Amino acid sequence: MTREEIVEAIKDIIATIAPDEDLSNLKHDVRLRDQIALDSMDFLDIVMELRKRYGVQVPEEDYKELATMDGCVNYLYPQLSTKQLKVGV
Amino acid sequence: MSTERQDVIVIGAGMSGLAAAIRLAQFDQRVLVLEQHALPGGLNSFYKRRGRRLDTGLHAMTNFARKGARDAPLTKILRQLRIGHDELALGEQGHSRITLAGLSVRFSNDIALLCAEIEREFPGERDAFARLLECVRSHDPFRPAASFVSARAQLVALGLGPELAEVLLLPILSYGSALEQDAEWNDFVILFRSLFLEGFARPEGGIKRLLDILVARLSERGGVLRRNSTVAAILSGPDGVRGVRLEDGTEIECTHVLSSAGRVETARLAGLPVRTEESGWVTLFEALWILKRPSRELGCMETVHFCCDEPRVPWREPEGRIEPSIGIFCASDNYATQEPPVEGMLRATAIANHDRWCEIDEEAYPIAKRAACDHLADMSARLGLDPRPHAIDSDSFTPRTIRRYTGHARGAVYGSPHKYRDGATPIPRLILIGNDQGLVGITGALLSGITMANLHLLHARAT
Repeated sequence: MTREEIVEAIKDIIATIAPDEDLSNLKHDVRLRDQIALDSMDFLDIVMELRKRYGVQVPEEDYKELATMDGCVNYLYPQLSTKQLKVGV
Repeated sequence: MSTERQDVIVIGAGMSGLAAAIRLAQFDQRVLVLEQHALPGGLNSFYKRRGRRLDTGLHAMTNFARKGARDAPLTKILRQLRIGHDELALGEQGHSRITLAGLSVRFSNDIALLCAEIEREFPGERDAFARLLECVRSHDPFRPAASFVSARAQLVALGLGPELAEVLLLPILSYGSALEQDAEWNDFVILFRSLFLEGFARPEGGIKRLLDILVARLSERGGVLRRNSTVAAILSGPDGVRGVRLEDGTEIECTHVLSSAGRVETARLAGLPVRTEESGWVTLFEALWILKRPSRELGCMETVHFCCDEPRVPWREPEGRIEPSIGIFCASDNYATQEPPVEGMLRATAIANHDRWCEIDEEAYPIAKRAACDHLADMSARLGLDPRPHAIDSDSFTPRTIRRYTGHARGAVYGSPHKYRDGATPIPRLILIGNDQGLVGITGALLSGITMANLHLLHARAT
């Protein structure tokens, strides 16, 4: 996956978890929680979806790295660059 | 011996069991739900009678929230189960009413109506009610209290007069307190929010719509619902649970068992010491009448009408077969619907005494049912609608019916007065879900299944 595809992968996961949220104007450098209503239960679902779809493990101490979209891409790129994008699963 | 193996077996396809199973199947657990009946739903199921589909328990879904409402419990639950708000097709109540010993206030899904009604009926209580609202909004009811805090005592401490306190307690105790004469303050706050700050709605077409969605989600995720499968025993060894045995002798192995059968019933299945006094006491008698015209046309404007003839709500196991002073009346057709209703439906509920209904013989049973129906019809007549002259069909059920269909000891509908909040049992990986674990009602039971699946299986793996 490219960095753009990782953005798409994250957006697809969020769209699955929170189908009623509008994701078209997400700013990449602003905390996700400040732009859409995500609580800690939703956040854990994002982590679990990452593992389910891509086999990525995110230890609890690294959750803070996933606060913004830019943070997600930077943190996940080393693990996801060799994986194929899966959307709509 | 069968060698069938699952990751998780869920006992009971009620709201908590289906919700837990959907969560687990979502994250690739092999999950099997065993339901003793042909239909799912447990306490909230439905049946066919002369061509009509009737719900067994549904007066109202509490916790109404509009699509996308932030931080609303309903939004959280729908997300966790990946259900779109539109799928439920929720119709909101018009308004409901509380009538207690001559006092009467209306409320709706807009708290402003209740505030205005309280100002009218209790002009001196305006500030006390404002303090209560502030307290209910700011309190965190999910943080366990260090010791028991009585809702009745807390209302006195906030300065509410006894009459207003009882008016508020009537629907709150009726819709979810497993304690006698009181509720835990945390539960009061949760129920106050879910009834008065959020409100009532009904899925278009009744409970079947929600059950169909849950069953479909489960199977889309690869979970399996097996109907007509009664668990005879929960099998365990020194390391914990290892499976279940069905009534037909089939054994199924698994790593975890999530049981919605109830604390006492689960103990019995697992061969643990059983203390029947732990089972709940709240059980119900319910009468329902199909009316030839919509309730509104017959003069009944309320969606739910909570009525109590006594100045202090006698929330305890009645001496006789039913508690004569409390009646809860729901005009199921007084929810907003896409198609206007062509006929009406009135459900009337009384709290009941399980043992009184069980000690009468088969000859006396239908007579006792008719007497209880007539008592509730008389009460409804005093509130403005006697259903009997307008009825084209009627039915009723008792604690005996509830026990037979749910398997819950004594026909308990709100679970044990003592909740097992962490779902833990003496047997490792045997986990309680449902009314004895957590909150009651449709939304409460869904939340129970979700939180127990998350706590014991999913979040343990995520971190």
